[in-house]
Amino acid sequence: MNHLYPGRTFGKATRDAYGEALRDLGRDHEEIVVLDADLAKSTKSATFGEAFPDRFFNVGIQEANLVGMAGGMASSGKVPFISSFAAFVILKGFDQLRMAVSYPKLNVKVIGSHGGISIGEDGASQQSVEDVALACALPDFVVCVPSDEHQMRAVVKAAFEHHGPVYIRSGRPKAPLVYDTTPEFAFGKAATLRDGSDLTIIANGLLVAAALIAAERLAEDGIEARVVDMACVKPLDEDAVRSAAEDTGAIVVAEEHLLHGGLGARVAQAVATSHPVPMEFVGLDDTYAESGDPAGLMEKYGLTWKEVDAAARRVLSRRTAGAAR
Amino acid sequence: MARSAVPAAAPDVAALRDRARIIRRHIVEMLHEAASGHPGGSLSAVEVVTALYFGGILRHDPENPEWPERDRFVLSKGHGVPVQYAALAMAGYFPVDELRTLRKIDSRLQGHPVLGTAPGIEASTGSLGQGLSIGLGMALAARLDDMDSRVFVLLGDGECQEGQVWEAAMAAGHHRPANLIAIVDYNKFQLDGAIEDIIGLEPLAAKWESMGWKTREIDGHDMQQVVDALEWSTQAGEPVCIIAHTVKGKGVSFMEGDNAYHGVAPSNEELPRALSELERGDPEEENARALGSADVLDRAEASIDASAESNGKGGGR
Repeated sequence: MNHLYPGRTFGKATRDAYGEALRDLGRDHEEIVVLDADLAKSTKSATFGEAFPDRFFNVGIQEANLVGMAGGMASSGKVPFISSFAAFVILKGFDQLRMAVSYPKLNVKVIGSHGGISIGEDGASQQSVEDVALACALPDFVVCVPSDEHQMRAVVKAAFEHHGPVYIRSGRPKAPLVYDTTPEFAFGKAATLRDGSDLTIIANGLLVAAALIAAERLAEDGIEARVVDMACVKPLDEDAVRSAAEDTGAIVVAEEHLLHGGLGARVAQAVATSHPVPMEFVGLDDTYAESGDPAGLMEKYGLTWKEVDAAARRVLSRRTAGAAR
Repeated sequence: MARSAVPAAAPDVAALRDRARIIRRHIVEMLHEAASGHPGGSLSAVEVVTALYFGGILRHDPENPEWPERDRFVLSKGHGVPVQYAALAMAGYFPVDELRTLRKIDSRLQGHPVLGTAPGIEASTGSLGQGLSIGLGMALAARLDDMDSRVFVLLGDGECQEGQVWEAAMAAGHHRPANLIAIVDYNKFQLDGAIEDIIGLEPLAAKWESMGWKTREIDGHDMQQVVDALEWSTQAGEPVCIIAHTVKGKGVSFMEGDNAYHGVAPSNEELPRALSELERGDPEEENARALGSADVLDRAEASIDASAESNGKGGGR
């Protein structure tokens, strides 16, 4: 994947950071229990399980039961963190997330690993392109897509400190670093990584690093882009969105997810109801992906800095055309 | 029963039968008032629920529903919730009069159970197949905390067609909580017809046993058998499944075994017929009353009469 992120340093995969952060939290908080559905070595919940075997439950290959058990444990005062691949825990556990977590507003943390298409060769059945839309559809759920290992650590801590359901997407590949150290983080608060007056690029996950690269390329042509890391998709930082619209007059949203129902759709709703401006979107256009190497898939399906760069130029030309009219 | 670590002396089975009769009256009354709901599967579960709440089985505290060391009752067959609401009201969780608000706007008594609404409800159910997983999570949480709370989960028979039931059964068979009791209300019918005509469950006990559960089959309307089985279940030391053979619509002659009453409330004409069949009359029950075991029942009965009189005057808490 390195060639997709020229000039960027790579850190750990966000799933690795998740396992470590959870283990560290587990030292101080007996109430944390961790459940996995036979993917603990992949989701990295095994990192917690090795440290605290008494509080770790591998329920086997049963996502529905995984979620239901977590609801029961949460209603008995535990703080369950449950993991599987995003494609499995969200899709196969969705009714249970609704009935046993969202509806009763229980304190369950759901971590879907191997999010997006950057999982690669395993193919579309294991890739998750709709998890953010589905998780956002569950009332009371907080939904986060961290961009790198440092932000993941902050998100895991925030998830523990928040009383209520949280969904966090983690990724399989090593992720390009966005932060040098664990950043300040709060649900509903975006991070402005670079300021600019010509347009704003709002992104999360792997697309944040891509947005930063695109902003550098745009700057070479005299275009100054603001870059906002919107790790928290729900609740959305509507102030940051409105400021982006008012200050820069054009917005690009980029994510490793279906265009319909993800970050882009949520930002568009916020823009439409605050300060409408031209928008462009980078994401998967109503399609599943396929098997292949992660970098090749990100290129084929248009999820690199180049597509962000092109979207930025498109949105600027639309704004200019609108102004000339 | 009141909060206590040890069940009281042997329950008065005759008094329990009378309570069951009053719970049935509440069920038909509240469903008539709601003009919707599921009488068949509520009535079939009456003895099990009555024995749990009033037979010294469930350790709970209506004054403090959140008591951490309480036993839990999870109604996985959520459409049967009228029987639980009736029991909770009679136990003192909320006024009996509130039963009239079932299924109405602003009521705490939702059409299917919702955690956080009516006190005493332990899980949100109604999408079938989920309660045993929730109960297993509760049982394991109690074990982690060295609490001896027991978790009773009441499943429907048709519900046992859901795959998640067997996920949970298999997981419980592995983790072997000694405090998890499943009860199947085996009334032989589901919405679309007879279970054996749709997807049969037999051999049902063998299925549970193959997953590592102890089982016992009982007549789910024989109060003595129900009480004995529930008492046995708490001493078993491993996951237990009680298969309660029941009759859908039990206690109301024209509903018994007639699956039309799966999800149809009694009409204005049917209500008095149903209530008259649920009048006191069994000599054994009369005897129990004569022994003074039922002053609470008198109050409950009075409140039924009061609610009957005020029928149609609207809901609201």
